[in-house]
Amino acid sequence: MKIPYYPGCTLKTKAKDFEDSAIAAARVLGIEMEELPRWNCCGTVYSLSSDDLIHQLAPIRNLIRAKEQESDRLVTLCSMCYNTLKRANEFFLADEEKRERIKRYLDDEIPYEGDVRVVQLLELLRDEVSMDAIKEAVKKPLTGLKVAPYYGCMLLRPASIGIDDVERPTVMEDVLRALGADVIDDPYKTECCGAYQTVSQKDVVATCAHSILTSAQGNGAEVIALSCPLCDFNLDNRQKEVQERFNGFHPMPVLYFTQLMAIAFGLDPSVCRFELSYNDPVPLLKSKGLIE
Amino acid sequence: MSREMETKALIVGGGVAGIQAALDIADGGYQVILVERTPSIGGHMVQLSEVFPTLDCPQCILTPKMVMCGQHPNIDIKAYCEIESVTGEVGNFTVKIRHKATYVDWDACTGCGQCEQKCPTKAPSEFNRELAFGPRKAIYSPFAQAVPNKRVIDADHCLKLTKDKCGVCAKVCPTQAIRYDMEDWIEEVKVGAIIVATGYELYKKENLTEYASDPDVIDGLEFERILCPSGPTAGVIKRPSDGKEPLDIVFVQCAGSRDPDKHFPYCSRVCCMYCCKMAMLYKHAVPDGQAYIFYIDVRTDGKMYEEFYQRGVEEDRIVYLRGKVSKIFRQGEKIVVFGMDTLTGKRVEVEADLVVLAMAMIPNPAGEKVKKILNLKTDEFGFITESHAKLHPVETGIDGIFVAGTAQAPKDIPETVAQAGGAASKVLSLFSGYERNKACA
Repeated sequence: MKIPYYPGCTLKTKAKDFEDSAIAAARVLGIEMEELPRWNCCGTVYSLSSDDLIHQLAPIRNLIRAKEQESDRLVTLCSMCYNTLKRANEFFLADEEKRERIKRYLDDEIPYEGDVRVVQLLELLRDEVSMDAIKEAVKKPLTGLKVAPYYGCMLLRPASIGIDDVERPTVMEDVLRALGADVIDDPYKTECCGAYQTVSQKDVVATCAHSILTSAQGNGAEVIALSCPLCDFNLDNRQKEVQERFNGFHPMPVLYFTQLMAIAFGLDPSVCRFELSYNDPVPLLKSKGLIE
Repeated sequence: MSREMETKALIVGGGVAGIQAALDIADGGYQVILVERTPSIGGHMVQLSEVFPTLDCPQCILTPKMVMCGQHPNIDIKAYCEIESVTGEVGNFTVKIRHKATYVDWDACTGCGQCEQKCPTKAPSEFNRELAFGPRKAIYSPFAQAVPNKRVIDADHCLKLTKDKCGVCAKVCPTQAIRYDMEDWIEEVKVGAIIVATGYELYKKENLTEYASDPDVIDGLEFERILCPSGPTAGVIKRPSDGKEPLDIVFVQCAGSRDPDKHFPYCSRVCCMYCCKMAMLYKHAVPDGQAYIFYIDVRTDGKMYEEFYQRGVEEDRIVYLRGKVSKIFRQGEKIVVFGMDTLTGKRVEVEADLVVLAMAMIPNPAGEKVKKILNLKTDEFGFITESHAKLHPVETGIDGIFVAGTAQAPKDIPETVAQAGGAASKVLSLFSGYERNKACA
C-alpha cells in the first residue's frame, strides 16, 4: 500500500527518530509512506478564530499536494500536524462561503473540494493493517517491557477529529500489546504535557511532566510511548527541569511508538536513532534483551 | 355512555406513585389491580436511606402505605408480574398479565423465611444495587418489609433449577410451598382505566467514559444503600473496594444530566437535594470526614429545600465547589478527582476515598415494553408525554390511560405523590361519572 506522507518540520529535525523508525516499521507491514513533494508548514497550531482564513491556506495547500499525487488520503505522524491538517479540512468542508473564499486564494492550485482524508499512522494500523498483522510481523516481542502509552491532546481533541475515544483511547495500547509489550494503563495518558508553555514557562511544563511521569512510574511503567514530538520534548528533555525541581524524581526514557515497533520487528536499531533521545533508552532495552 | 364500563383500575408499577394511586382509588371505593415486576412493591423509594428535607426514613413512612396496600380489600397486588398485552379502550381494556414463575406457591408460603436462611447459594441483590456487601440468597424476598411477604426463587442461581442439586428449601419449608416445576402463567383481567407508573432508573456510570469504572466510584442509589441504617452495611459507611471508612468523599452532580452535547439536556431535579442529604448523612456518621460537592447550580426549588441546603453548608460544613468534574481515576488507594472551582477560577484536585456520581434519571428500561404495548407517546428520552404540559399533566394521549411519577419526567417524592393523587382522581372521576350517569339514566 502506497500512501502520501506529510512529515512536517519537526520530523526532519528533532524528531528524525520518529520519522526514520516509522517509515521503516511501516514498510515491514507493507505500507510505503511516500513523502509529499513540495510540502509546506502545516500551520502548526490550528487557528481558532473563525474569520482567520489565511491560517487555513497552508494546511489546505498540503492537502492539495496529496491530491496531486492522485490520493484521497494523507498520512501523518506528528500529532500536531495531524490535528492542524485534519481540522483545516473540516473547517473547509463545513462552511461553503468560507470554502469559496479560501479557494479564491488558492486559484494557482488544482481544484480542491476537501476530498483528501487526513489519517494518523495509528489509525492506519488499526483500520487497515490490523493488530493481527502487526502481531505476525513481530520477531522480538517486547515481553516484559512495561510501557505506558501517552496520547496528549492533539490525537484526540476535539472529539470530531479524534482518532479514538476522547476519554478512554485504546489504539496505542492495542498496538503495543500486539508487539508483546506489558501495557500500563495510566490515568494521565490524556493529560496536558504543557505544550508551548515550554518556550516561556518551563516551570509549568516541568509540573505537568512530573505528574505524568510519576503517575506512569507509580503504575509500574519503565518507558513512555507517544506520538507527538512536542509531547516528547516536554516529557523527555524537560526531565532535566523536573529533576531540578522535584526531589527524588528518577528519570525514565520516552520513545515514539514507532521506535518500539521497529525493535519488535527486529529492524536494525540504527533506524530508531536513539542518540536523539534525551534520556537514553538503550540500557533499558538492552536489559530486556531487545537490542544488543 | 351506552356501553358498560369496567370500574376497576390497573396500575402498572408498584413504586411510591403506584402505591399512592392505588390507595386513593381503593379508598374511593373502586377495585385496583397493582402490577409490580419485582417480588415486592416499594420501588426505589424504599431503597433510600433517609429522605429530604425532613430526613425521615422511607422504611418508616412508606412501609405503612405498602402494608395498607397489602391489606386493602379493594387492592389486588400482583407482584412478580408483567403486562403481556392490552387491548380495548377506555372503560373496557382487556389486559393479559404474565405471572412469572416464583417456584413458590404463594398461597401456601407464610413468609417465615426458613428457606432463605438455609439456602446455600448467594447472588447479587438487586435491592442492594448489586453491591459487594449484602448479597441475597437464591430463594429470597428483596427486603425485610416486603409486600407481599413471600419468597421467590432466582432460577439463574438456584442449584436445584440449574444443576438439579440441593433442594434444601423444599426440605425445610414447613408448608411444602416450594414448586420447582412452576412455570409462567398468563392471567386475563378486564379494567376500565390504566395508570402507568413505571418509574426511573439511573443512567449507567459506564456511559461517562471520563470517569473511571472503579468499585469506589458509585452512583447515588448505591450510596443510599450504604447509608441506609437497615442496609447491607447496617448504616456503617464503608467503601466497596476494601470496606474502609471513607474520610474524603466527593459528590458529582449533573453526571449525565444537563449535558446536551454528550448525554441528556434535562435536569434530573432530585440530585441537588439528595447529594446535600447524602453529604449530611455521611457527616453525621463520619464527623471527621469531609464531603465535597461539585455542582453547576444548586437547585432547591421545593418547600423547605433551600433551608435544608443552608443547613448542609453551615452546620455540616459541606464544601460546595462550582464546576464540572473532568476526570476521575484511581491512583493507588485514592480516587483522584479533577475538577474546577469556577468561582475562584482554579483547578481543583481532590484525593478522595469514595466518589458518588449523581447519575441522570432515565425512564426505567423495564417500562419500555409497557409503553410499547400501550402505544404511548414519549419524548426523545423515553419519558411519557402528557397530553398537555400544563393543563393535562396526568393524561396521556390515550383516553383512560394516565401517567404518574418519574415515568413522565424526573421528579422528587412529594411531586410524585401529588401526581399519583392527580392520576387517581382522574380515574375516580371517570368511574364515578359513569356510575352517576348510569344511575340518572
